[in-house]
Amino acid sequence: MSRPFLLEAREISFRAGEQLILDRVSLRLHEEEILTLIGPNGAGKTTLLKLLIGLATPSSGSVWRREALRVGYMPQKLHVDAALPLSAGRFLQIAERDMSRVREVAAEVGVERLLKTPLAGVSGGELQRLLLARALLRSPELLLLDEPVQGVDVAGQAELYALIREVRSRHRCAVLMISHDLHVVMASTDTVLCLNRHVCCAGRPEVVSHDPAYLQLFGRHAAEQMAVYTHHHDHAHDLQGNVIGEHRHG
Amino acid sequence: MDEFLLRAAAAGVGIAAISGALGCFLVWRRMAFFGDTLSHSALLGVAAGIFLNVGAPIAALALCLGVAALYARLERHATLASDTLLAVIAHGTLAAGVIAVSILAPRGAGLEAWLFGDLLAVGRAELQLIAAVGLVVAVTAAFCWRAWLAIAVDEDLARIEGVAVERARMLQLLCIAALIGVAMNVVGVLLVTALLIVPPAAARALSRSPEQMAALGALLGAVAVLGGLWLSLVVDTPTGPSVVAAACALFALCHAGAALRRR
Repeated sequence: MSRPFLLEAREISFRAGEQLILDRVSLRLHEEEILTLIGPNGAGKTTLLKLLIGLATPSSGSVWRREALRVGYMPQKLHVDAALPLSAGRFLQIAERDMSRVREVAAEVGVERLLKTPLAGVSGGELQRLLLARALLRSPELLLLDEPVQGVDVAGQAELYALIREVRSRHRCAVLMISHDLHVVMASTDTVLCLNRHVCCAGRPEVVSHDPAYLQLFGRHAAEQMAVYTHHHDHAHDLQGNVIGEHRHG
Repeated sequence: MDEFLLRAAAAGVGIAAISGALGCFLVWRRMAFFGDTLSHSALLGVAAGIFLNVGAPIAALALCLGVAALYARLERHATLASDTLLAVIAHGTLAAGVIAVSILAPRGAGLEAWLFGDLLAVGRAELQLIAAVGLVVAVTAAFCWRAWLAIAVDEDLARIEGVAVERARMLQLLCIAALIGVAMNVVGVLLVTALLIVPPAAARALSRSPEQMAALGALLGAVAVLGGLWLSLVVDTPTGPSVVAAACALFALCHAGAALRRR
């Protein structure tokens, strides 16, 4: 890819006490690129994300970010204590004082009607949308999404992924995403990076899906699943629709 | 009205109002027990103050900060849960403090006042100190409010959005330690965190926004002090515990009222 890049990790390692969480990981992320991190639990995906945006410091190696890079971050979980009375609108206002802009972004992700609802009273899918809205309030050049559909029902997952695609093409930002949904990874990703403490393999999704390291990590079944979806690349929506239908009636 | 009573009311209401607002952050971040540990260790600070001949509030503040730093260090390396660590520090410093005060001030002079407070004995100099510390804490809190709230909601997001998280947390800790240092006179080291925790906990039942909860916490804290003073005058009960009892009665009232309204 010839576009200039936004950030680069050079041989970063991260240790927590004795344990090596990440081992000499290198990657580059270009403008408007969609890069997806896949890998088993405990592979260090979230840690890598945090290192890339400076929420943690690598034990060795270095991270370069373009100067004044605006980052929007959607964390995996949000724990707001029930003792804190907070409406969804007030939650967004922490990032942006200007209420008219908060309304605008909330409308963009479809949570405008929730602004007066207490944060404790929103569903999993609504919370993810609110987190996405808060990330978008930063007018990000880079959007980091840590398992964005976690805690969302199957119907909501497809909608949320569609929304992320839509938002990305409108804002023309790069996306760095952690995801377990291999079919989504296939359908809408420029680059896949398969992580298991170290980089197992990286490249275009159809290349990665045939990589021996990938096959070993995810097993033949998952690999075949991914291959199937590759063939139906143009019909990602139909396929998702089918899955939803089966789920509802089954 | 007697002057000592006015002084007591002014000192108590001032401290309780600021505690009621600041204490919200302890409640939101589940740090109630942390506040307890700080206040129990303040007694050791009192002893150090007597020994070094510096003011008790200043010595208590210094010790609170030391204990907070120690805790932060231990927590990073320990295999024990944080509440266990806090309990060890709280009881250890309290025991050491009682021993040190009883050695330094023989015949137990003043020990009870430090443990349970002596609001009615607040002098003019102490009132001035309370006013000064109260003002600094209130201004700092107003200045840091947005950052503190952002951190209470989610620290990572706050950091991404440009909040200087470490500095904001340090300022918050300083404010809490300073408040404990001057509030010891009101309810004593054993009960001082009650002023930080109980009024905000009561206010939660009636609040829909963080700011509302802080304002109500301040108001309820002030009411608890006046109620406790009144109780202490009419029935001749010890002042500090009366204030805390009044705060807890308000807590029960607020939550019972909210539960009734919901039905």
